[in-house]
Amino acid sequence: MRLALLCGLFLCLAPVLPVAAAPGRVVSINLCTDQLAMMLAAPGQLVSITRLARDPAASVMAEAAMAWPVNRGQAEEVYLLHPDLVLAGRYTAQPTVAMLRRLGIPVAVFEPADSFADMQADIARMGALLGREPEAAAMAGAFAARLARIRAASLPGPRPLAATWSARGYMSGHESLAGEILTTAGFDTLAARMGRAQGSTLPLEALVLADPDLVVTGRIGPGSSRAEEPLTHPALGALTGHRAAVEDRDWICGLPSVLDATDRLKDMK
Amino acid sequence: MTERSLHIGLGLALTGLLVASLLTGVAEVAPLTALKALVTGGEGPLGLVMREIRLPRAILAVLVGASLGLSGAAMQGLLRNPMAEPGVIGISAAAALGAVIALQTGLAASFALALPLAALLGALIGVAAILFLAGRGGTLALILAGIALSALASALTSLVLNLSPNPFAAQDIVFWMMGSLADCSFTHVAIAAPFMALGGLLLARTGRGLDALTLGEEAAASMGIDLTRLRLAVILGTAASVGAATAVAGTVGFVGLVVPHLLRPLVGASPARLLPAAALGGAVLVLIADIAVRKVLPGQDLKLGVLMALVGAPVFLNLIWRMRGQP
Repeated sequence: MRLALLCGLFLCLAPVLPVAAAPGRVVSINLCTDQLAMMLAAPGQLVSITRLARDPAASVMAEAAMAWPVNRGQAEEVYLLHPDLVLAGRYTAQPTVAMLRRLGIPVAVFEPADSFADMQADIARMGALLGREPEAAAMAGAFAARLARIRAASLPGPRPLAATWSARGYMSGHESLAGEILTTAGFDTLAARMGRAQGSTLPLEALVLADPDLVVTGRIGPGSSRAEEPLTHPALGALTGHRAAVEDRDWICGLPSVLDATDRLKDMK
Repeated sequence: MTERSLHIGLGLALTGLLVASLLTGVAEVAPLTALKALVTGGEGPLGLVMREIRLPRAILAVLVGASLGLSGAAMQGLLRNPMAEPGVIGISAAAALGAVIALQTGLAASFALALPLAALLGALIGVAAILFLAGRGGTLALILAGIALSALASALTSLVLNLSPNPFAAQDIVFWMMGSLADCSFTHVAIAAPFMALGGLLLARTGRGLDALTLGEEAAASMGIDLTRLRLAVILGTAASVGAATAVAGTVGFVGLVVPHLLRPLVGASPARLLPAAALGGAVLVLIADIAVRKVLPGQDLKLGVLMALVGAPVFLNLIWRMRGQP
């Protein structure tokens, strides 16, 4: 107990304040805010990120994430880190967020980015929250410039049909980041053709009958799961269209690196 | 009703339902076009859907149903207890545990038959445990042993899946507990069919012994029945059938309970006559259930176990009701 108290005191007495009024101890409890904060925070400002940020299957910054202490997103451990700002996602456990707010800790909740516009807004918001507006503006500017180059390079012409299909037959909706990435890369999406704005499950049978020119699947994870078995179904292998694999980490979060996936898919056309 | 006309009736129902199953799916296709695509391979993706997606699913429904119906009837004959059903007394749960261990340790990826073999081993341990704990203990001992075995096997299955490095493995718990035939392919048919055939063969030959056993063990022995051999045949046959069915379709409960229960009045008290009828009836029931899950929630993969429990639990309750007061 005394030890904990001492630690607590020590942590309270040693805040790093990079900019006046900017939070000095920021804790992120969501994979996407982890990575955005890692790119934008001042040295020492971000004190903890989630364990997921170190998972190479989920995070594009797994290696860099080794430099930060990690948390499991539990209210108790986050509180003991004495943050003056917590970054959470819309789908972070709501009881955790509510508990932290009850304890008087400001929590900034980010919606999942469903478009490039959302992403740019998130970058700007993160910059404002961390007191790092110039860095955020530079990042948003570089992103916009690269996006413009990709758009200019994707030739007009026929737009082949593409569908994303992952474990449990999940297909991203057309109003999602994956949808915008495919559209930008020069494809029409099956989700748009079927009028599915939100992500939904698409039975294998319906996918095969739609016979898309490109099926984008995730990579099959380690171990084994029945949920991923349809990805190896012979009927999927017998389709005439191309197959591409985009790893989850490359587009589950709205990070500038989504343009790498966009670039790659553009060349599959 | 004669045995022959019962078999013909069930056979006709089976054929009709097999065609209905082939015509059931998310895509609305004219029946003739669909069947033509099935036979000729057709132009474009429809042939693929009929031959690689719907056909293996329908075949597996028949195989899984027949295996579970037959094992239920044989177990009930051996234990002389209408509640002895692989799903209810935990044998399917033990088979699922074996399958999950084979999948998560990578054994199933190393050679194709590892999955059904591991499920068979799980089922074998399950049957042996049940016979050891409740072989002579009456209904109550059987049900209690079954509850304990189910709980233990399901808990271990959940533990193994939660320990898996695969992010989707934990969601598979529902599949292993409730069963489904969604997105099965001929790969599944190929790994399950040999074990189901072996199990079926073993169980089909137990009819005479089980008939004799209805008169009691001593009477059966005096009629020249080798009881040890009979027990072994039922144990191995059930383990092979239930193991193979569970390895590809998860735990599909109540088939072996409902089907013998419905057919027993039609074939009389003879286990030998019940065995083939229960196999046909099991296939019919699982085909109906698998069509129903696709009609109720198209494209949502409603689990077979949900439907089977809705049908099976009332039958189970009815059996318990009738057994009140008996030891």
